[in-house]
Amino acid sequence: MKYVDEFRNAELARAVSSEINSLVDPDRRYKIMEICGGHTHTIYRHGIKDLLPEGVELVHGPGCPVCVLPMGRVDEGIAIAERPEVIFTCFGDMMRVPGSKGNLQEVKAQGADIRMVYSPLDALRIARENPDREVVFYAIGFETTAPSTALTLQRAKKEGIENFSVFCNHVTIVPPVRALLDSPDLRLDAFVGPGHVSTVIGCRPYEFMPEDYGKPVAVAGFEPLDLLQSILMVMRQLDEGRCEVENQYGRAVPWEGNLRALESLAEVFELRPYFEWRGLGFVSQSALKLSEAYADFDAEVRYSSPGVRVADPKACQCGEVLKGVLKPPECRVFGTACTPESPLGALMVSSEGACAAYYNFGRKSYEKVEIGSRR
Amino acid sequence: MSDRREQRVLDALEQNRRRPPKFDAPRIDMSHGAGGKATHKLIEGLLLPALENPALAPLSDAARIPFGDSYLALTTDSFVVRPLVFPGGSIGELAVNGTVNDLAVSGATPLGLSAALIIEEGLDTEVLRREVEAMAAAAEQAGVPIATGDTKVVERGKGDGLYVVTTGVGVADPELDLSTASVRPGDKILCSGTLGDHGAAILIARGDLDLEAEVLSDTRPLTPLVEALKGTAGPGLRLMRDPTRGGVGTVLNELARDSGYGVVLWEEKLPVRDIVNGACEILGIDPLYIANEGKLLAVVAPDVADAALEALRGVEGGEEAEVIGEVREEPERMVLMHTGFGGTRMIDMLVGDPLPRIC
Repeated sequence: MKYVDEFRNAELARAVSSEINSLVDPDRRYKIMEICGGHTHTIYRHGIKDLLPEGVELVHGPGCPVCVLPMGRVDEGIAIAERPEVIFTCFGDMMRVPGSKGNLQEVKAQGADIRMVYSPLDALRIARENPDREVVFYAIGFETTAPSTALTLQRAKKEGIENFSVFCNHVTIVPPVRALLDSPDLRLDAFVGPGHVSTVIGCRPYEFMPEDYGKPVAVAGFEPLDLLQSILMVMRQLDEGRCEVENQYGRAVPWEGNLRALESLAEVFELRPYFEWRGLGFVSQSALKLSEAYADFDAEVRYSSPGVRVADPKACQCGEVLKGVLKPPECRVFGTACTPESPLGALMVSSEGACAAYYNFGRKSYEKVEIGSRR
Repeated sequence: MSDRREQRVLDALEQNRRRPPKFDAPRIDMSHGAGGKATHKLIEGLLLPALENPALAPLSDAARIPFGDSYLALTTDSFVVRPLVFPGGSIGELAVNGTVNDLAVSGATPLGLSAALIIEEGLDTEVLRREVEAMAAAAEQAGVPIATGDTKVVERGKGDGLYVVTTGVGVADPELDLSTASVRPGDKILCSGTLGDHGAAILIARGDLDLEAEVLSDTRPLTPLVEALKGTAGPGLRLMRDPTRGGVGTVLNELARDSGYGVVLWEEKLPVRDIVNGACEILGIDPLYIANEGKLLAVVAPDVADAALEALRGVEGGEEAEVIGEVREEPERMVLMHTGFGGTRMIDMLVGDPLPRIC
């Protein structure tokens, strides 16, 4: 497949892999966090850990928007979806995210009108086609998906579509990373920065990571060679004693970001003072809500969502696993109260979360797998 | 963490996994129909315990029922496709081929089919006529009569135009012992052609993705492919499966779980059309989990693998057959894939399907 196969070339992979190998100090262990859930997917899908030397470990970060959504926000979405006048729209991967009393898929089975969409513009189209119903879009995602929600709201306002509103759960990537970096028991050496988010916000927002915390960053693309090359870039920084933000994904990420998208975000959204993250607790200024100018489209206002907080169980130790302090099986609730079928923590929600992967594949989820010859 | 403590956690998980599943969902939701883990839980936690009997227990594509000195093979399937007509086929053709294929991969010779039509009030007669003619044509091609049937009409809004249920009966070949119990380490896994064509065709035909691509469903009877394999592999033919809902990834996970062995795949050997691969990349889905309606997966002894591959390639519909992997002692009960990139990937069973049902 053109424009894809080039970035999946096994020969180039071996070359990059041996270069990474040559930079490893045998007396040292390296922990590198890939912040973005999309990168985690690439790592699993192409088996990238098998191409890394023994001492280099990848730690999966908090960048999976459905995983970090707290139960309270899911419950509030469900409460809106259950209203008879509402057509509730969301992305497909939201359907299985657990609230305190079930997920959207189960509520749909009970009769709620819940429809999967591929874009918020589809939700707006449904609103146009059903003027006698109220259409709510359950918005999730980092700065990657927020511009498409912003654009949809701008359009709804311009067209005067009154039966459309947005339940906004957009989050921002920098605050949780800062919260991780602030933690005294952090054991990470460097970061692979998110790709899609950075196409919107650019690279500048990560500059505090090397400057204030001394951690190298390489913003990376989503093909396996992108990932491997960005790991090489941070390993080089560590080897040479450099510490800066580098952009591996130059073909898509401008250093300053996408100014038009940022303008739309600034018009439609404002920062919430704080927001809860599943497994991480409250993080200040880490999420977006609709601005005053768009308050008429805010489902939280329209349905007076109570903002109920459903506490994560105290025993949940996602934060420690994220920081690299604990391995999944060391968490107090792993495999007992928290399983892939009924997850408590963020890392058990997605099948690629560190805990879910460990649950399904045991040690093989982080060890190298030896399966003999290729043929 | 100490290795001993970690081992204790892993042992506890393993023990849990071996316990018969309990079905505790208060209501049926769409994930229970997606063919992945939730479907398994429904079948093994609710249906199997209630209906328990030796013919049902193996949960194979077709049941073997003792009859005189031989066995009858019996299978049934319901078809709820939207849209009714899609590039490369339609619900009528699919309903006949699907049931014929379940008999064929069980090593049975089909004797006859039944067909039940559940028709929604308001369905255009021409649509019905066309689908019944498609059923007749598919049955003739497979050489099996549709010997009995039933019709019901439901109120408008209570069915997607037309649902079709087919049941097939056949005679099992007494010479063949097709089961996971006969699978051995070293056995090769053959796939008769490209993966994911049917599922991708349906997704694109639904039109809610604004994606235009010429992908045809692969619906076809597998009987000629099965005959070719039986002829060349003989007793070296261990198992055949029809990777429909849940795809090749799900079928191979069942094989690993039921046999206790590991399954290893080579990504570069997986036949996938460029256009299907491209659609999957855009949609974020994986050809390994997409439904096929005209593909055969076979496990054969290593000494007959080359001959079996040649035989498949010589039959229409098998031209792009490949040896895609093999059975190994280790790692137990797992499916692993050597990726084209040079790593290994664990292939899990599908948890639930985020996409609309496609077969």
